[in-house]
Amino acid sequence: MAPLLETKNLKKYFKTRSGMLHAVDGIDLAINKGETLGVVGESGCGKSTLGRVILHLLESTEGTILYDGQDVTHVSPRQLAQLREHMQIIFQDPFSSLNPRMTVSEILVEPLVISGKFTKDQIEKKRKELLDTVGLPKRYANSYPHELDGGRRQRIGIGRALALEPDFIVCDEPVSALDVSIQAQILNLLQDLQEERGLTFMFITHDLSVVKHISHDIMVMYLGQMVEQAASDELFAHTWHPYTKALLSAIPVPNAHRRMQRILLKGEITSPVNPAPGCRFYSRCPYACDACKQPQKIEEIAPGHFISCCMAKKINNLE
Amino acid sequence: MMGDNMMNGTQNAPETLVDIKNLWVEYRIDGGVVHAVNGVDLKIHKGETLGLVGETGAGKTSIAKSILRVLPDPPSKIVDGEIYMDGEDMLKLPEHKMRKIRGKKISMIFQDPMTALNPTVKVGTQIAEAIKLHEKMNKAEAQVRAMEMLEMVGITKERFSDYPHQFSGGMKQRVVIAMALACHPELLLADEPTTALDVTVQAQILDMMTSLKNEMQTSVLMITHDLGIVAETCDTVAVVYAGEIVEYGTMMEIFDDPGHPYTVGLFGSLPSIDRKDKRLKPIHGLMPDPMNLPAGCKFSPRCPYATDECRKAVPPVTEMDGTHIVKCFRAREKK
Repeated sequence: MAPLLETKNLKKYFKTRSGMLHAVDGIDLAINKGETLGVVGESGCGKSTLGRVILHLLESTEGTILYDGQDVTHVSPRQLAQLREHMQIIFQDPFSSLNPRMTVSEILVEPLVISGKFTKDQIEKKRKELLDTVGLPKRYANSYPHELDGGRRQRIGIGRALALEPDFIVCDEPVSALDVSIQAQILNLLQDLQEERGLTFMFITHDLSVVKHISHDIMVMYLGQMVEQAASDELFAHTWHPYTKALLSAIPVPNAHRRMQRILLKGEITSPVNPAPGCRFYSRCPYACDACKQPQKIEEIAPGHFISCCMAKKINNLE
Repeated sequence: MMGDNMMNGTQNAPETLVDIKNLWVEYRIDGGVVHAVNGVDLKIHKGETLGLVGETGAGKTSIAKSILRVLPDPPSKIVDGEIYMDGEDMLKLPEHKMRKIRGKKISMIFQDPMTALNPTVKVGTQIAEAIKLHEKMNKAEAQVRAMEMLEMVGITKERFSDYPHQFSGGMKQRVVIAMALACHPELLLADEPTTALDVTVQAQILDMMTSLKNEMQTSVLMITHDLGIVAETCDTVAVVYAGEIVEYGTMMEIFDDPGHPYTVGLFGSLPSIDRKDKRLKPIHGLMPDPMNLPAGCKFSPRCPYATDECRKAVPPVTEMDGTHIVKCFRAREKK
């Protein structure tokens, strides 16, 4: 199966006063149609920037973005408008991503109005449909976002992203701002929509249990780079990279009898400004050695399981 | 290894440090009264970590702030209740006595470390300030103690003269914890202390808090919405819903045998790292509007087990095994 979305050596650098900030630094990924790629990492690892570069909300510095086999790295404004009908985004914060001066139904159909391809009747029909799709009672059609709670607001965000019936949606931490009981409702909604419509998701989150639940494949990022990537089950069954291991062990598990042997990392994520050429996890890694100061190669350690760590085989006794 | 979950339980009753009785808190705002805390009874025992679990707006923070009496009045008001510590009802103490308790016997740390620190004052000076306020120490002595505290939370004393913006989020939270523990409080109120931090940093902070708590014999009220944090750090757990404690027990009792449908629902809502569930089982509906709470059991509109009785009468507290209590008519039926 050909992937719906692919990136090759995708980079996004920002110019700062102290130098170049390597937010996204050479990401290769491929997402198959109808599947979900979970992108995990801590704040500042570049996962949101990656999503935004793919959607052209930010222009890439280098690399290629392929959508359905076509190169869409550089597009004219007109092509971009067309591309938007295929690719959409759901934002993290349902409080700041909705215009407070528009009603729920205005927000939901705004993409249709902007596209200019729909008649009034079609828009009217879609308005009702969208409320239904995301499970919002009709009485909220004329409410304003501030009148709704976080979960319902996130439903509007999802409805808006679905308005143009896209194939690909970047979900940028869509449940992080929500309480657990509401989070579960929204995750179920996203899964149902994927099944019904064959949607393809890139699901960005810092929550490993959420990402495991919803993803087919998972990519772990650290300071703009991929450190490990594999099918979801494979990644949790065989975790090779020391950062992924530490990340997994750091999650508090809601189980009274299970204790994970915790790998405590030193310090915090270092600066992405002018990073050294070697492994970016070097300063926090319990296994760091001189070889780690060299640029790391991406290796396929098992079928479909990619890792960027020269020590991986040694650490995991594979040699 | 974190959380040693040492609950004395049945052998010898643990000593009570703080006893909250029938606490009611309201917020009076335009358009009505928000019922934030509705008749809470809760004991915090010496040396234990008590987890206060619930979702946004459940009243967890209002309970903690009532203990310290730092709720802004107006709009909020403690309308009824008693909070005993060392035989005295703190709600009746004059303000000048309460000031001697805050930061000395009881201190609090908040979710966002940035707003808890003064951006224009050196971090060491901020810690020393708290010490000077409560201990008979001169400036130099307080400074030495502040440096000791910094070292204790894993920050070198050379950073005494740095300003908050020079620290990362996790380091700032360490400074806040150093400040809170500087006067060796008997009770630490920790309001979502790691929610704003990344998981690897959260693990560092929780580890440090647990070992400091054991070292200093401090009791902790851990406010959180994360059941994982509860499992790892708490000895006892109180589940809060719509301003009431719907379930209370030791951590083991709550996790092994949750009795209240809300607690069961919370567990069902969590995606698991261990299992592979096809679908989550979320709690139906939304939290009730605290200005317009439902009659009877406040969870009844969302509860899959609700009967007519639940919708009419407030359920009594049912005592299960040990210290475990559940506020539900159908507590004894298997969920």
